[in-house]
Amino acid sequence: MSEVKFSKEHEWITLEGDVATIGITKHATEMLGDIVFAELPQKGSNVEKDGTAGVVESTKAASDVYTPVSGEVVDTNQSIVDDPAKINEDPEGGAWFFKLKIKDTSELDNLMNKEEYDKFAKETSS
Amino acid sequence: MEIKKTSLNKLHQINHAKFVEFAGYEMPIQYSKGIIEEHKFTRSNSGIFDVSHMGQLFIYGDESLTEELEKIFPLDLKNLKQNCSKYSFLMNEDAGIYDDLIITKIEDGYLIILNAACKDKDFEILSNLLGSKFKMNLDNNRSLIAIQGPKSVEILNSIINGVDQLNFMTGNWFDSDNQRLFVTRSGYTGEDGFEISIPNDKAEKFVENLIEKGAQLIGLGARDTLRLEAGLCLYGHELDINKTPVEANLRWAISKSRLSNGGFIGSKKIMNQMQDGASQIRVGIKPEGRLIAREKTKIFNDTDKQIGEITSGTFGPSVNGPIAMGYVDKEFSKVDTKILLEVRGKKYPANICALPFYKKNYVKGVN
Repeated sequence: MSEVKFSKEHEWITLEGDVATIGITKHATEMLGDIVFAELPQKGSNVEKDGTAGVVESTKAASDVYTPVSGEVVDTNQSIVDDPAKINEDPEGGAWFFKLKIKDTSELDNLMNKEEYDKFAKETSS
Repeated sequence: MEIKKTSLNKLHQINHAKFVEFAGYEMPIQYSKGIIEEHKFTRSNSGIFDVSHMGQLFIYGDESLTEELEKIFPLDLKNLKQNCSKYSFLMNEDAGIYDDLIITKIEDGYLIILNAACKDKDFEILSNLLGSKFKMNLDNNRSLIAIQGPKSVEILNSIINGVDQLNFMTGNWFDSDNQRLFVTRSGYTGEDGFEISIPNDKAEKFVENLIEKGAQLIGLGARDTLRLEAGLCLYGHELDINKTPVEANLRWAISKSRLSNGGFIGSKKIMNQMQDGASQIRVGIKPEGRLIAREKTKIFNDTDKQIGEITSGTFGPSVNGPIAMGYVDKEFSKVDTKILLEVRGKKYPANICALPFYKKNYVKGVN
C-alpha cells in the first residue's frame, strides 16, 4: 500500500494498485465534534477530483466530504452510515468512507504527506 | 463593539471551552468531552450552565405595578402568589413576540428573565410602556447559573440548604456565604433543576464549589440539544416578531382569566386566533432514518406543495435519532401526518410527532 496522502479539505487517501481508499482525517473529526450522520456516494457512480462525494453532520452542522481524486466508486463503508460515531473513534482506520477505481494516479502528486498535512492543519486551525 | 464576557469566562477557559459569539457574548459552545457526552451527563447526573448573558430585570413597585404589567403580559398577575414564576411573552399589538421570558413575583416587585439578544430592546420597550413610575434595574452585577439534571437538587442543597423545598416554577431568596442568592426551581432541559442569581464576584467560587460536588460545566451546544428534546422554544428560531403564542402552540401560557376581557397588548389577535385557529402551527417533527433536517429546511406534502419550514433540527442524543421542530399549515399539524423534508435537493420522509421528544422529569409536589 502507498504512503498516506492528505488534501486541504481534510481527506486522507491511500492507494493499492489502482484502487484508492478515502476517509476524513482525525483533525477534521476533532473540528467537527460528535458525528451523527454520514452520507456516501452511490456505488458505481463516478466522482470528480475536488467534487463533493458525501456529507457528514455533527451535532452542530453539516459538512461536505470531497474526493481528492477522480474515479468510479467501487465500494462504500456502510458501517459508518449505520453507526456514525465510528468516524470519531477511528477516522483514519476502520472508518474509511469509500473506495475509488482511479484512472490517473498523477492526481495524487499534488497532495500533502503526513508531515506537510500536520503543519497545514495546525496553521489553519489556529 | 468589543465582545462581552461573563464572570465565568476564566473558568470556562480552564475547563477547555470552545467559544462562540452569542448575542455579543463570548460563550462556551462545548468543553473537551463534546456535546453528546455533556448532554447525557446532564440527563443522568448534573450539568452547570452559564446563562449570565441573559437579562435579569428587577422592577420594583406596589399593586399599581401589577396592574400596569397586566396591560402588557397575558397573565393573571393579581392572583400570582409571591415567589411563583410564569412563562410569558412580550408582544406587539399584532401579538408578534418580541421575547419570551420568565416572570417571578418577588417581595417588592417582579424579576423578569430575558433572552440575551433581546434584553436591551425589551428594557427600552418596557421603560416606554411603564414610564418613570417604577424603578427598573437590568442588573449587570449579577450572574445567572443554571444547574440541571437528577443529581442537581442534592448537590445544590448541600451548598444552599433549603432549595430542595422549592416546587417547580417557584423561587426564593437564600443566604449563602453572606450573599443573597435568588434561586428558582426551573430550567430549559426537561430535567429537574435550578437557576441561581448570584453577584458577579461570587459566581466563580460558587461554580467551582458545584464542580467539586460532582456537577460538570455544559456548553450551549448541549443546552440546545437538551431543550429541543424537551420540545422547548428558542427565541430567534421557533419564536420571533412574526409569530404569535397561538401559532407557537403556547396557548397554555396564556392565563384563561385574561382571555375573556383581554386588555393586554396583542389580546385582540390572540383572542381571534384562539377562536378561529392559526393558519400555521408549531409541531414536533421526526425524520425517518438518521437524516438531520436543520433550520430553514422546507417541508412538503405528498403532492409537492410546500406546507412549512423547520425552525430547529439536530440529533437528539437521548432520543438517539434526529429531531426537529417547525411550522406547518394547520391541516398537516396532526400527530403521525406524513411529510417530506427537502435536504440537499432531495426529499426525505418524516412524521409529525408529539412534543416533547424526551419525557420531562420536573418536581411538582415537594410540599
